[in-house]
Amino acid sequence: MLETSILSVIIFLPLLGALAILFLRQDQASMIKGVGILTATIDFLLSVYLFVVFDSQNPGMQFVQRFRWIEGLNVSYYVGVDGISLLLIVLTTLLTPIALLSSWNSIARRLKEYVIMMLLLEVGMLGVFCALDLFLFYIFWEGMLIPMYFIIGIWGGENRIYAAIKFFLFTLVGSLLMLVAIIWLAIYASDPNQLGRFTTDLTELYKIAPALPIALQSWIFLAFTLSFAIKVPIFPFHTWLPDAHVEAPTAGSVILAGILLKMGTYGLLRFCLPLFPHATIKYMPLIAVLAVTGIIYGALVSMVQKDIKKLVAYSSVSHLGFVVLGIVALNEEAIQGSIIQMINHGLSTGALFIIVGMIYDRRHTREISEFGGLSKVMPVLATFLMIISLSSIGLPGLNGFVGEFLILLGSFHSTYLNSPTYAVLATTGVVLSAVYLLWMYQRVMFGSITKPENHTLKDLSFREVVVLAPIVLFVFWIGVYPLSYLNKTAASTKALVMQVEQGLGGKVYSTTRLSLEHSRQR
Amino acid sequence: MTFRSIEFISTSPLLGLTLLALLVLFLEALMKKSEGAIFVVTLVGIAGCIALSIRSFDQTGTAFLGMVKAGGLTNFFYVVFLIAAGLTVLISRSYLERERINFGEYYCMLLFGAVGMMLIAAANDLIIIFLGIELMSLSLYVLAGFMRKRPKSIESALKYFILGAFATGFLLYGIALIYGTAGSTRFETISARFPDLVSDALFWIGVGFILIGFSFKVAAVPFHMWVPDVYEGAPTTVSAFMSTGGKAAAFAAIVLLFIDVFGARTPKLTSVLSALSAATMIVGNIIAISQQNLKRMLAYSSIAHAGYILAGVAAGNELALSGILFYLTAYTFMNIGGFGVLSLLEQQEDRNLTFEDYGGLGYRKPFVAALMCIFMFSLSGIPPFAGFFGKYYIFAAAVKAHLTWLAIVGVLTSAISVYYYLRLVVYMYFREGTSSELPGTSKASLVGLTVCAAAVLALGILPSIVLHVTQALR
Repeated sequence: MLETSILSVIIFLPLLGALAILFLRQDQASMIKGVGILTATIDFLLSVYLFVVFDSQNPGMQFVQRFRWIEGLNVSYYVGVDGISLLLIVLTTLLTPIALLSSWNSIARRLKEYVIMMLLLEVGMLGVFCALDLFLFYIFWEGMLIPMYFIIGIWGGENRIYAAIKFFLFTLVGSLLMLVAIIWLAIYASDPNQLGRFTTDLTELYKIAPALPIALQSWIFLAFTLSFAIKVPIFPFHTWLPDAHVEAPTAGSVILAGILLKMGTYGLLRFCLPLFPHATIKYMPLIAVLAVTGIIYGALVSMVQKDIKKLVAYSSVSHLGFVVLGIVALNEEAIQGSIIQMINHGLSTGALFIIVGMIYDRRHTREISEFGGLSKVMPVLATFLMIISLSSIGLPGLNGFVGEFLILLGSFHSTYLNSPTYAVLATTGVVLSAVYLLWMYQRVMFGSITKPENHTLKDLSFREVVVLAPIVLFVFWIGVYPLSYLNKTAASTKALVMQVEQGLGGKVYSTTRLSLEHSRQR
Repeated sequence: MTFRSIEFISTSPLLGLTLLALLVLFLEALMKKSEGAIFVVTLVGIAGCIALSIRSFDQTGTAFLGMVKAGGLTNFFYVVFLIAAGLTVLISRSYLERERINFGEYYCMLLFGAVGMMLIAAANDLIIIFLGIELMSLSLYVLAGFMRKRPKSIESALKYFILGAFATGFLLYGIALIYGTAGSTRFETISARFPDLVSDALFWIGVGFILIGFSFKVAAVPFHMWVPDVYEGAPTTVSAFMSTGGKAAAFAAIVLLFIDVFGARTPKLTSVLSALSAATMIVGNIIAISQQNLKRMLAYSSIAHAGYILAGVAAGNELALSGILFYLTAYTFMNIGGFGVLSLLEQQEDRNLTFEDYGGLGYRKPFVAALMCIFMFSLSGIPPFAGFFGKYYIFAAAVKAHLTWLAIVGVLTSAISVYYYLRLVVYMYFREGTSSELPGTSKASLVGLTVCAAAVLALGILPSIVLHVTQALR
């Protein structure tokens, strides 16, 4: 029983928690927080169980559950998990309780609604990563905008209304075009020469979509990619991101940067590549150029920010550029690197936002010039920020290195990209990230304390350490022994690359010069 | 001339509601202080008629010399109109009391309006359509001017009447031309003779006039000018009824004529309908952005929604019929919900009708605000609410009919619509409260609104509830 419906339990458990909270009174604050964090934690433990029992040799979908949902349109409730989505599910269930715990004291009003919204958001995100029917996927993809919109709009900063609407409209326009593309595909499937029935079933569509004539395929591909590109965000669709990240409350930023952005890159992997291989190859140079532009642009803009939160926000544009570059490099190392990098970015940027939030809670400002010498009064916080910054930069031994290294390696010799230039240019992004993060660190933490207010700042409380400790644990774990995770993703990644190659017409471009199998045998 | 008893049984919902309307008329005339009794009788009667419609659903056929149809599609529309009427009655009472216009005639006219709507859906003959339209419109003219001491209400009624009469003229002229060329007003005869008529210019002029007449009634651009003024001036609950039941009835006629009778239609008609639909979606949504008054905002939004449904009419395939029916059902719940919330919070002299008045409503009246939120998200087509699924279905029909461009116009204009629907959400939740005083909420209204919200959610998550009915039709 648990085996077949564990995914549904994981997806909808937070909904149950949200319903329970609905019946609590606004003044039962600790009860509300307790139920919220408890539900999210149980969900995390369930996903850990999922991770453990997940069969890493099986490249296909596991824990599949499906039943007919909307008869006439052949829509089924169809969920499953493979190596590509597994880690993202665990990341989601990990970051949600952490985000809730991080906002233990910082949410002063409408606490009940806040926790409900966070839990609903978790339902939406988990649904996106599990859905195997395009209709179901779209419901979660769009429905999730509602709680995020409220989180930014109600609990956000000064400019929150503008940021919330901009976030909503930007992501909506992209996804609505994707909706038309989904409908178009379903109608195409109903052609008697294709499947002969209207369907949005992803596994069915995998069979027919790659054979679409290139002109049509390009249009459908572009509709999907635009939607994902806005979400990632790929340069130049990133303008909503700094606003949303800066205005959102800490927990909102953590979820936004940590998980929401990954929905875009996940979409590229799950839908664009296998459904439209020809169009992917056609537009690959364009996407790669935009990705590299994003890496460098994001880093340069980060460098000149005066506000720490903005700096972290722009760094996301840069880091997600790496992920996108790895995806379009289309070989096993690069894609594996991308998946790991999605997790890494979720952990490190999530933690950076939490730390910025902790500083903001104490000083109510995020201006870098307001600080200096904080390491003297807050040594524990300084240590955490150091570890996380280095992880974000990609120091060997920490998680960021593994992802970036695999992506750069894969894209360096990718036959599809066919030029090491992309990788070489992307490498400058690593250097630049060291510049902006370490420079920020130096200005905030080192030197003498210039502002009198900073003398009395309290170091981290026990709760705050508990918030950051699990992230640091994973930062080291992935950095030192990434194979525990790469093992889980390897089979599915390999299958994905093969699927794309088959879609291209059997032409085997395979180029896995450095086999991960090899490294695993050690 | 004798009628068989089966004819009375199969048309029982229509006859039942007519009797109910007459009963209410008598109650009002004979009883003093009859409003309370009438309210209950109306609700019970409407519920009874819904039960009758569901019971006689399978008894398809024609009755009364083939003038009216019964069962199936007809009964589906009956249920939609009756639900619209019932919900309107529920939200009306406290509003009427507050505006001091709580008279029995209100319910009576509402019921006669509903009878007219049902007659349209039952029509098997152009003359019956005309009768139905007139009965419905006359009742709505009276209802629009029901606040007879308020100039705005009178202006609304007069405007509605003059433009409505104008539209009726077109309609009647169109019917005459069709009768002249086809030799009959009976649907079967017209559709049988359709292949010969295709080349007849006069016939097409007739079809064009009929389309113009209905475009007025559904408020399609460029025949939408009356809508904002009329919806704004009319009592809010009447606007709720006009924008849902009235619109659904006009669409019932359009569905009967333009999907059924002219079913084998020409590409030209499709392009005219598509153009009408695109213009309606674009104009309705864009003008709605700049509205400050919520009733006007919902009026323009209702124009935009007519555009979405017209996209289904333009597609005109099996998928479209089912989609239109689903959309009309969903739209009835969400739009009555929207207007219902307005009517619940409105104060005399048109107070509490701007965005500013709704500032901080989420904290002042959390439950009502939450309901409004659901209606707004559903109207803007965000899953998991019913509005989303309706749009999905309609756009799927359009894509299937090779009208992908229309579907793209549809989704882009929906994106525009999100701006003004969410603007209300912004005011309710993201801004501080204003000092405007709010009336106490009445139980009946809250029940009605809760039913609307529950239906919007249920239809969004389990659309099969309605789909398994609509897909079996025809």
